[in-house]
Amino acid sequence: MNKLEVKNVSKSFDNNHVLNDISIELNKGELVCLLGVSGGGKTTLFNIISGLLTPDNGQVLLDGKDITNQPGHISYMLQKDLLLPYRTIEDNAALPLLLKGEKKKEARKQVSPLFEQFGLEGTQRKYPAQLSGGMRQRAALLRTYMFSKDVALLDEPFSALDTLTKSSMHKWYLNVMEQIQLSTLFITHDIDEAILISDRIYLLSGSPGEIKEEIIINEPKPRRGDFNLTPEFLEYKRRILTLLK
Amino acid sequence: MLKRNFASITAVVALLIIWQLLCTTGLIPSYMLPSPIEVIQAFVSELPLLLENSVITLQEAFIGLFLGVSVGFIAAVLMDTFDILYKAFYPLLIITQTIPSVAIAPLLVLWFGYEMMPKIILIVISTFFPVTVGLLDGFKSADKDAIGLLRSMGANRTQIFRYIKFPTALPQLFSGLRIAAAYSVVGAVISEWLGGFGGLGVYMTRVKKAFAFDKMFAVIFLISAISLALMALVGFAEKKCMPYRNTDIKGEK
Ligand SMILES: Nc1ncnc2c1ncn2[C@@H]1O[C@H](COP(=O)(O)OP(=O)(O)OP(=O)(O)O)[C@@H](O)[C@H]1O
Ligand SMILES: [Mg+2]
Repeated sequence: MNKLEVKNVSKSFDNNHVLNDISIELNKGELVCLLGVSGGGKTTLFNIISGLLTPDNGQVLLDGKDITNQPGHISYMLQKDLLLPYRTIEDNAALPLLLKGEKKKEARKQVSPLFEQFGLEGTQRKYPAQLSGGMRQRAALLRTYMFSKDVALLDEPFSALDTLTKSSMHKWYLNVMEQIQLSTLFITHDIDEAILISDRIYLLSGSPGEIKEEIIINEPKPRRGDFNLTPEFLEYKRRILTLLK
Repeated sequence: MLKRNFASITAVVALLIIWQLLCTTGLIPSYMLPSPIEVIQAFVSELPLLLENSVITLQEAFIGLFLGVSVGFIAAVLMDTFDILYKAFYPLLIITQTIPSVAIAPLLVLWFGYEMMPKIILIVISTFFPVTVGLLDGFKSADKDAIGLLRSMGANRTQIFRYIKFPTALPQLFSGLRIAAAYSVVGAVISEWLGGFGGLGVYMTRVKKAFAFDKMFAVIFLISAISLALMALVGFAEKKCMPYRNTDIKGEK
């Protein structure tokens, strides 16, 4: 069974038809990218999946259960880390547990063993302003993970990072995903990023947004270090560029 | 600390010396302007009376401030929660603030007499406003995306208030509190001028009638010292409540 399934979702804002009959699925342990032009409705789709927006048509299913229009099941992470500047990293990461009614002490106890895995050792008592951009994104990921242990929705999570940090974040993320059995739906503008990390890519065409193509990246994971220099990689890229035209 | 304030400390000392010289040389007659030393002498000899009256004034200021801040807090939360209340009362709130509190004080005395009541009402009226406006602006400046994120995590209104809106508004709350603390002392003194049985304002009117300039100066300095102390107290609480502001960007603490 699919971990997450979006079935025939459509959405308009007034006269602006943003999403038209979108159907996508995410299997357990998969990383699936949603690639599309700016303004194509990707963030809108995430808001529908996380229950913040009501779709005009269609359904969102998590483990086969209908969660359409119900916040509190799946959380997401944005390019902006949205860490609360007045809470320590530990208390930011523990926030989802506090929202579920956990006691502060208990919540801290649950997050603390994960700091090492998320590359955040020693930052427990620091404030977000004291961390580098990459660390802040990892802290935000840890918070997302504390909320839903099996599905992550990431909306351009690394696009504000420099190229080197970004590529080390990719390696790290794929590694962590495997360890903690996470399934990820990932929004990006960056074609290279999508090919490098995805199992599958959905191409979203603009106004109204529709799934134009599903591309399967047939390359074993973890990917070779020089995958982005191979002819196969360039072939994928050429195909995507042609389709997005 | 000392180094940073060196310039201003020097300026104060210089002013005091000039003032003392003006008086001892007889350039200004001593019945009009007492010298700093005379002011200090008056302060010491009047200390018991001053303390007795300070207690009354401080009592009014604290009760008024406490009630004013509570009313301000509740008003801000209600106006933030119910947009209709915001639309209805925000403009009204701004307009009422253009009426100087000195102008309402006599009216309050006529209505409520010479006891504590009119004094506390005046302080409440003048202190709730900076708190309400500060908090409202703070609530409105909360990050919409952060609120959306918490909602996606299933947070309810109270949790959004507790984890986002309130902490976001803390800096504005404290700026409001600092103003309110200063207003509370001024409000107490002004309403005591207009009628009362004790307090620094009453003491002031008494020494004014006796043309006791030295005592007048002593009480003026005492009132500003009290205001400053209250503001420092707010500043201390501010530091304690917002430890994340004391950290330099990358440092430990
Ligand atoms: N709450 C809203 N009310 C009205 N229109 C909206 C709302 N949210 C999004 N839109 C519109 O929907 C369209 C898609 O926006 P969306 O943010 O989903 O695009 P996106 O694919 O995430 O773009 P980007 O890649 O730039 O982040 C835009 O035209 C936007 O103006
Ligand atoms: Mg977007």
